[in-house]
Amino acid sequence: MSPRVVFPNKILPYLLVAPQLAITLVFFYWPASQALRQSMLREDPFGLSSKFVWFANFKKVLSDPNYLNSIQVTAVFSIATAAVAMGTALLLAVMAEKVIRGRGVYRTLMIWPYAVAPAIAGMLWLFLFNPSIGSLAYGLRWLGINWDPLLDGEQAMVLVVAAASWKQISYNFLFFVAGLQAIPKTLIEAAAIDGAKPFKRFWTIVFPLLAPTTFFLLVVNTVYAFFDTFGIIHAVTGGGPGKATETLVYKVYNDGFVNLILGDSAAQSVILMVIVIALTAVQFRYVEKKVHYG
Amino acid sequence: MIDNSPIRTFIAHLVLVLGILIVAFPIYYTFVASTHSLQTILRPPLPLLPGDRFVENYSEALFGGVGRIGGVSVATLLFNTTVVALGIAIGKIIISLLSAYAIVFFRFPLRMTFFWLIFITLMLPVEVRILPTYKVMVDFGLIDTYTGLIVPLIASATATLLFRQFFLTIPGELVEAARVDGAGPWRFFWDILLPLSRTNIAALFVILFIYGWTQYLWPLLVTNRNDMNTIVIALRKMISFADADTEWHLVMVTSMLAIVPPILVVVLMQRWFVRGLVDTEK
Repeated sequence: MSPRVVFPNKILPYLLVAPQLAITLVFFYWPASQALRQSMLREDPFGLSSKFVWFANFKKVLSDPNYLNSIQVTAVFSIATAAVAMGTALLLAVMAEKVIRGRGVYRTLMIWPYAVAPAIAGMLWLFLFNPSIGSLAYGLRWLGINWDPLLDGEQAMVLVVAAASWKQISYNFLFFVAGLQAIPKTLIEAAAIDGAKPFKRFWTIVFPLLAPTTFFLLVVNTVYAFFDTFGIIHAVTGGGPGKATETLVYKVYNDGFVNLILGDSAAQSVILMVIVIALTAVQFRYVEKKVHYG
Repeated sequence: MIDNSPIRTFIAHLVLVLGILIVAFPIYYTFVASTHSLQTILRPPLPLLPGDRFVENYSEALFGGVGRIGGVSVATLLFNTTVVALGIAIGKIIISLLSAYAIVFFRFPLRMTFFWLIFITLMLPVEVRILPTYKVMVDFGLIDTYTGLIVPLIASATATLLFRQFFLTIPGELVEAARVDGAGPWRFFWDILLPLSRTNIAALFVILFIYGWTQYLWPLLVTNRNDMNTIVIALRKMISFADADTEWHLVMVTSMLAIVPPILVVVLMQRWFVRGLVDTEK
């Protein structure tokens, strides 16, 4: 890039970045450094003294069966949510590409859930499927299914996955539609002339060319399932029944804020930080690649 | 063209209609429930058509005050949420515009350090620093204040990155021409840069408004008083599955009122919304 034309002021640029920098330092870096420090300290129950214990908190957290359970819950929840949300959205996007009439109407109706807060999405689904007054739960019981997500851990998981993926369908749909529109029609027509049937065309041409979009969405959906779904878990199940839906973020909140186990909570925060950094790095590597070849 | 048989088109429409039923049904059914009496809701299955209590339920929730959240009316909650969502969206746009402007159009020591400091905040979401951030809020006395609800959320790497990306596409000749004509940095910013950024600002505004409106963890942490809650948090407090005194008809009205404003923003500003979504993520 050629050297940019710039303004010669010396002080003004500092004033311009000052507000953002101040907020960043006070509300991001200072707390994050405190989390790091706290993760290596152990306080007595009254908070009067604390001593430096190196990685003991991490060792304790990582050998805690509850934490391991929480890792497993998060993995199941994230994979299921990403798979359901992306699978449904891809199917709908492919169908939306096929129709000509009403495309705009379909898109408008499809983007609603994006505007719904995750917690409210959870509450809507819980209203439909709550064993005592939910109309759809009534339907399930009528079908002979013993449905009670407030007591059965697996059913609770199904419910939060449904709510979380429902909310994410719009987002994935928009990106898949954009990705599908970027695929040159000539390629698909050429395959059609060579006699490839629609399903074969999808698997051998459309799906591979869609890979960058799919990969990008996979990262975004994982981040979403890890962090943004706190509201769903908190509002719908509270991590229960038992600890069947206690995700990592919910556990950090619960241990630190409700149970006040500071060292453990801080160590968990730091582990989460490492996960976010890894996910962001993956995401940006991908963006870089795309710039190169796109 | 490709074999577009009527049957295939029909199947495509069928799948899409089914998809939309799944996507829209929970919202529609909430609306239906919000127009029925509590007695009707408590005896499932609920009818599929709206009832006749629309006016009663909505006015009771909006102006009467809801018992479970300390008698606060939903109008208050809507006001809080609007203030927070607008504050976050506008605040983020302003401070990101300013810092991106400094980083692209000036050369000064520590420029890249600042850029990286802002960039890295992407990796520090609230969720990974819950307790220490809460402590900062307590030390500053920001619990239960609008400042506390808004300011910590307006530092955003995404918006800054987006504006930086856009500013880099503005040709240097434009800056040069402005300087030859005697325009200082402020004049350039107001008369040239801002008008050029209008579409980006609109796109970002939609995304950030939704972001602010749907916040959950942050308002949960920094509000204790019922009359400072955002509507999402209050809704959570109104529901109890354990005891039978949840006023479901009011819960449903509140859900609708919490859902409709952001949906309106997204649907009415659809063009900018889709653009903004694709831009902020890439």
